[in-house]
Amino acid sequence: MEVKTTMEVKRISEYVWEIPPTEKPGMLVPARIIASAELLAEMDRGVFEQITNVACLPGIYRYAICMPDGHWGYGFPIGGVAAFDVKEGVISPGGIGFDINCGMRLLRTNLTEAEVRPRLRELVDGLYRAVPAGVGVKGFVKLSKSQFQDVMVQGAGWCIRNGYGWPEDEGRIEDGGRIAWADPSVISARAVERGIGQLGTLGSGNHYLEIQVLYPENVFEPEVAAALGLNLPNQVVVMFHCGSRGFGHQVATDYLQVFARAMPRYGIRVSDRELACAPFQSPEGQEYFGAMACAANSAFANRQVITHRIREVFGDVFQRDPRELGLEMIYDVAHNIAKVERYTLDGEERELLVHRKGATRSFGPGEPGLPPPFDRLGQPVIVGGSMETGSFLLVGTRGAMEEAFGSTAHGSGRTMSRTAARKKTHGRDLLKRLEEKGIMVRAASYEGVAEEAGFAYKDISRVAEAVEAAGLSRRVALLKPIGNVKG
Amino acid sequence: MGGYRFLEDVAIADVAFEAWGADLADLLTAAGEATFAVMVDLAAVPAEMSHRVRLEAPDPEALLFAWLEELIYRKDVDSAVFSRFAVTVTEGPPLTLDATCTGAPIRQERMPMRADVKAVTYHLFAVERGQDGWQARVVLDI
Repeated sequence: MEVKTTMEVKRISEYVWEIPPTEKPGMLVPARIIASAELLAEMDRGVFEQITNVACLPGIYRYAICMPDGHWGYGFPIGGVAAFDVKEGVISPGGIGFDINCGMRLLRTNLTEAEVRPRLRELVDGLYRAVPAGVGVKGFVKLSKSQFQDVMVQGAGWCIRNGYGWPEDEGRIEDGGRIAWADPSVISARAVERGIGQLGTLGSGNHYLEIQVLYPENVFEPEVAAALGLNLPNQVVVMFHCGSRGFGHQVATDYLQVFARAMPRYGIRVSDRELACAPFQSPEGQEYFGAMACAANSAFANRQVITHRIREVFGDVFQRDPRELGLEMIYDVAHNIAKVERYTLDGEERELLVHRKGATRSFGPGEPGLPPPFDRLGQPVIVGGSMETGSFLLVGTRGAMEEAFGSTAHGSGRTMSRTAARKKTHGRDLLKRLEEKGIMVRAASYEGVAEEAGFAYKDISRVAEAVEAAGLSRRVALLKPIGNVKG
Repeated sequence: MGGYRFLEDVAIADVAFEAWGADLADLLTAAGEATFAVMVDLAAVPAEMSHRVRLEAPDPEALLFAWLEELIYRKDVDSAVFSRFAVTVTEGPPLTLDATCTGAPIRQERMPMRADVKAVTYHLFAVERGQDGWQARVVLDI
């Protein structure tokens, strides 16, 4: 089997591969890739280059990991997970991504496909109007500077207390929708200006809002599905993918510059400027951590206000109260973030700074901090596929805690460039074909739609199978899109 | 005089371009156009507003990076796109850029919009001076 690297890739088990530290000067730990043999063979050369670069970062613990949906990124590959000793290790914005707390949210409904299909056009149009999407659009929540600071600190909670959501939503968001160490004082004026007008926007590119159906044949674990609120045949759910918008992008940009200047002072050299880092305990490291938390909270807030709009649109179209429609949260996950977490590994309890870039937390049953019913089931994990193949709901496992610092994949990963996708199909033609297949799409950009065509992505089912086979998360349901809003 | 082209195979998940110019001002003009061409059909952007940018940098690489970072920031702050740039660069040191960017507020119904640019990255970032002028390669995060 051929892989796109000349470095030695050893097979540790059926779904775990390892590049030994002898393969690149400076590697402190091995680099592991979780994938089937087929997915490994498809991975681009950048994955191997980048994950072995990550393995060189000071204070890295055990191994650097790349998930089955991995592809090259900035500094870290997308799908990259790395854990660092909190005292000796570094923090690296490339291990989090420009779109801090890009993530996924899933809502259930009491509606079935048969009830939704006749109103699908109205729903998709309504959602398109209610949730601004696309380049540079303004958000529907107007904030003063001081309110924006409150959002940075309180996250989803600020939105709920200001009329955008239900109190029980908080318990259904990773970290309660609020990361505790946010520090607005380390946010640049530039980031504030860039972000303040965008609360309540979907973004563009691979961000989307989907109405999906759970067909009975796509339920993998019926009891878990029911415990999570998926309890009707052909049940309609709503899933969306978006992040911290210009605010997070600017925070990441700002701190990459800060770290580039700071690195020489700490005697750190990296082979890739996008891998700029600083000791986690340094003033710069701590400031970025506080700034990252502000951006993460703004993303939780963004997803919270969008949830409110989704509920309003469904309420308007069906002329019923959203509570009656059962529009409850299932869960909300971050897939671009860093957290301090405790793991018992090699017989010792350790506090580690875990970076997840294009990777999702996948805590198993019994993990402290998981509210019921997740303490019993494991946390929900939402992994996004293309608008043609669908997306997965999974649950976290103890295996993830032992093998991958409580992490799993995040989505399907691209297989062809945006330019190539646009050459292969025209947006308008694709929309027509999708409509013939029963998928109604409203998009702010026809070119954007073409770039997001299903053929431009790996098959999400193979990624989900791989993480389950590797013991990182278990498939609960495959959710198929029938309506989609894109920026 | 300058120009740009997108590099198809360089950045699968995002966008990469090459820009060139007889001098630095032309290069920066071309790179600015390429950056906005990712987001909008430039020909569809009317001249309704302008914005002046003044920047200093120690070298051409830093100048290009700061210029593109400023344009991406402005796009979000003003909710606007720019299609024409009048750029002058003085050698200093430091290198100083003075530019007028002309464009319009984003209105989806009248401009075919494309993908949003999140950031300029250092990935494969290069600025070089050759016999015929300046060349640069840039990867943008989408």
